[in-house]
Amino acid sequence: MAVCIAVIAKENYPLYIRSTPTEDELKFHYMVHTSLDVVDEKISAMGKALVDQRELYLGLLYPTEDYKVYGYVTNSKVKFVMVVDSSNTALRDNEICSMFRKLHNSYTDVMCNPFYNPGDRIQSRAFDNMVTSMMIQVC
Amino acid sequence: MELCGATRLGYFGRSQFYIALKLVAVAQSGFPLRVESINTVKDLPLPRFVASKNEQESRHAASYSSDSESQGSYSGVIPPPPGRGQVKKGPGSHDAVQPRPSADQQEPASPVVSPQQSPPASPHTWRKHNRHPSGGNSERPLTGPGPFWSPFGDAQSGSSAGDAVWSGHSPPPPQENWDQTTVRTVASATTANEIRRQSSSCDDPWKITDEQRQYYINQFTTIQPDLNGFIPGSAAKEFFTKSKLPILELSHIWELSDFDKDGALTLDEFCAAFHLVVARKNGYDLPEKLPESLMPKLIDLEDSADVGDQPGEVGYSGSPAEAPPSKSPSMPSLNQTWPELNQSSEQWETFSERSSSSQTLTQFDSNIAPADPDTAIVHPVPIRMTPSKIHMQEMELKRTSSDHTNPTSPLLVKTSDLSEESKINSSVKFPSGNTVADGYSSSDSFPSDPEQIGSNVTRQRSHSGASPDNTAPPPPPPRPQPSHSRSSSLDMNRTFAVTTGQQQAGVVAHPPAVPPRPQPSQAPGPSVHRPVDADGLITHTSTSPQQIPEQPNFADFSQFEVFAASNVTEEQDNEAEKHPDVLPAEKASDPAGSLRVAQTDGKIEEKTAASVPANVSKGTTPLAPPPKPVRRRLKSEDELRPDVDEHTQKTGVLAAVLASQPSIPRSVGKDKKAIQASIRRNKETNTVLARLNSELQQQLKDVLEERISLEVQLEQLRPFSHL
Repeated sequence: MAVCIAVIAKENYPLYIRSTPTEDELKFHYMVHTSLDVVDEKISAMGKALVDQRELYLGLLYPTEDYKVYGYVTNSKVKFVMVVDSSNTALRDNEICSMFRKLHNSYTDVMCNPFYNPGDRIQSRAFDNMVTSMMIQVC
Repeated sequence: MELCGATRLGYFGRSQFYIALKLVAVAQSGFPLRVESINTVKDLPLPRFVASKNEQESRHAASYSSDSESQGSYSGVIPPPPGRGQVKKGPGSHDAVQPRPSADQQEPASPVVSPQQSPPASPHTWRKHNRHPSGGNSERPLTGPGPFWSPFGDAQSGSSAGDAVWSGHSPPPPQENWDQTTVRTVASATTANEIRRQSSSCDDPWKITDEQRQYYINQFTTIQPDLNGFIPGSAAKEFFTKSKLPILELSHIWELSDFDKDGALTLDEFCAAFHLVVARKNGYDLPEKLPESLMPKLIDLEDSADVGDQPGEVGYSGSPAEAPPSKSPSMPSLNQTWPELNQSSEQWETFSERSSSSQTLTQFDSNIAPADPDTAIVHPVPIRMTPSKIHMQEMELKRTSSDHTNPTSPLLVKTSDLSEESKINSSVKFPSGNTVADGYSSSDSFPSDPEQIGSNVTRQRSHSGASPDNTAPPPPPPRPQPSHSRSSSLDMNRTFAVTTGQQQAGVVAHPPAVPPRPQPSQAPGPSVHRPVDADGLITHTSTSPQQIPEQPNFADFSQFEVFAASNVTEEQDNEAEKHPDVLPAEKASDPAGSLRVAQTDGKIEEKTAASVPANVSKGTTPLAPPPKPVRRRLKSEDELRPDVDEHTQKTGVLAAVLASQPSIPRSVGKDKKAIQASIRRNKETNTVLARLNSELQQQLKDVLEERISLEVQLEQLRPFSHL
């Protein structure tokens, strides 16, 4: 399903990016990079100071011929971008949202680790495992 | 030990143990310690575990070099091993680094490489290692800070002593209890003790011995005097950094040991982390998941015996039942958070996502669970499981399931509660509490609102219908409505109340002295009336006077339900339109609910104004009113309590008008009586509705004020939203 998952920090540099190896990774990196503009646009559009689960989930950022890109932003402006293969039976929004939620949970776990310096690349094995499970489950 | 690939798993698995035994036998037989030797020497004598320490050391040293070589190959030799790579870790800490990477996972190939690097040093290390058990000296292969780690070495030695005794080359911790029978049979008394000790300890190489635990506890107290307290993450970081392990590994250790993901270590977690660090230093690979023996024992800190037996889930479920001493401090907070969780599904979801401190989670288990086992299982499990059992497969599974289930269950519970409450509230008065609940729930379950609205409408109607008549309200058709959150919003209540009242008036009017008749007329009435049909309206109104409100509620409700059913759709449409519009904008918060209310109230007021003229006109001209009353009726369906009042007025007027209307199907005489009765009833309804109206107006004002204040806050916060 998710062919590429990326975690972008507040300053828009990637903390974690991973793609299914079968594809050309650079293409996914580029897609994630371009989707950041859409994410920023959506963030600025949301004028509310109140954030709830729904607002964290940005939904479909933009679709391409083969892929759809979904976005999710946390309260600390850390962005999760997920590229999904369109060929898969269209994932319901709820599923995407739950996947983002799991990502958010795992990211929180990584943050809680005192040995993790915010801003470092995420090297947590648990996080990797979770992302792998998400990328495999759909594939 | 390394040969057996225990390092990879962090404990002596069955295969590793077999291999170890075989290697011991080989060694004792004098064969070079190679994996191949196991194969070649088919009839290896049973390993004798009588050897003294010295013998072991020498044998160990001798076998070690060959062990390292044979490690790789012997994975294939061992029959049963579940294909686990026999990853052998280099012995000792200094070897740990090398073998560790190779030891991780897999295949014998990598271990073969790494152990070979270490062999020269390994015998030395081993010797030292073995010597520790015997000497218990502070010397420690650990290439780390001396005093800090030496005590650990002692502790570790203690545990390794037993191992060293029975396995010439097996590292300290593993405690395989499976099939030790063969070993035991040949063991001597001394070794038998050791073996017994090992077998008694669960088959868990990660088990912490008492010595080790005591050492850990001492270390814990140096940081945190209170054994029941927590070590904050920063302090733990400093502490473990002293071990000179790579940060990445420390990070992994932390992930494993911080069971409840609260960023702090309890005594249990600290011991587990310490144990992992020590093991790592000794060359053991870090497990991917926290071994059971290292799981924070929620039940009993001291009892190590239970650890091995408790699977994550069992331990987890058991923990709620018992208040772990280590978790006791956190319990109160958990209890506090629990009701908080119940209040909001969103909050709950957030909680389950571990956005809140895990302390609440731990407490949750211990405190909440006992009180309400069922709910505890449902609620606590999901919550706690997600954060704490992250490393456990079961937990992960539960988590995934709980993620789905939890959000729904609390939400359902909550919404049902709210719906209950709102229903009750809407019955006669509309207490502000209901508003709160409505507003609160309004923020939830947005998607289901339209449906809920419909259902709520029906429900509301039932209630409000009952109230005017003061008769037993008919069982609300869709009672537990999770969607109630939306419908329970103040708007809905008012709307429904109003609508219901209006309906009531109409319905009341409808329930004729002759129940069966009004119904048919009633049913068509509403439906006709729906299309804004003057005739329908007239029919409706005409029947109303005939239908005495005093009719048992059943009659009212039957018609009401019929009418409601027909009206519900209309109202639903209206409300669905309204609410979706309102909801999307506001759903996020209670203020949203109030805002919504305000908006709807605004609408209500508009409608009220519109309806007033309708009433007036209606009073004057029976014909002129029809379109207006129809419109008003529609509006009333939409909401607005004020409409109810007007409606009642209208009904009164209509009653009089209807009396003159020839279209009334029923006999005139009956009509008159019915009309009079309906007039009485309508007047009563009027007073009730007027009261309601005043209350709602007051609420509306309050809500508007809240809205204003919230908007002000919003504006204040707005600048920060773009940071």
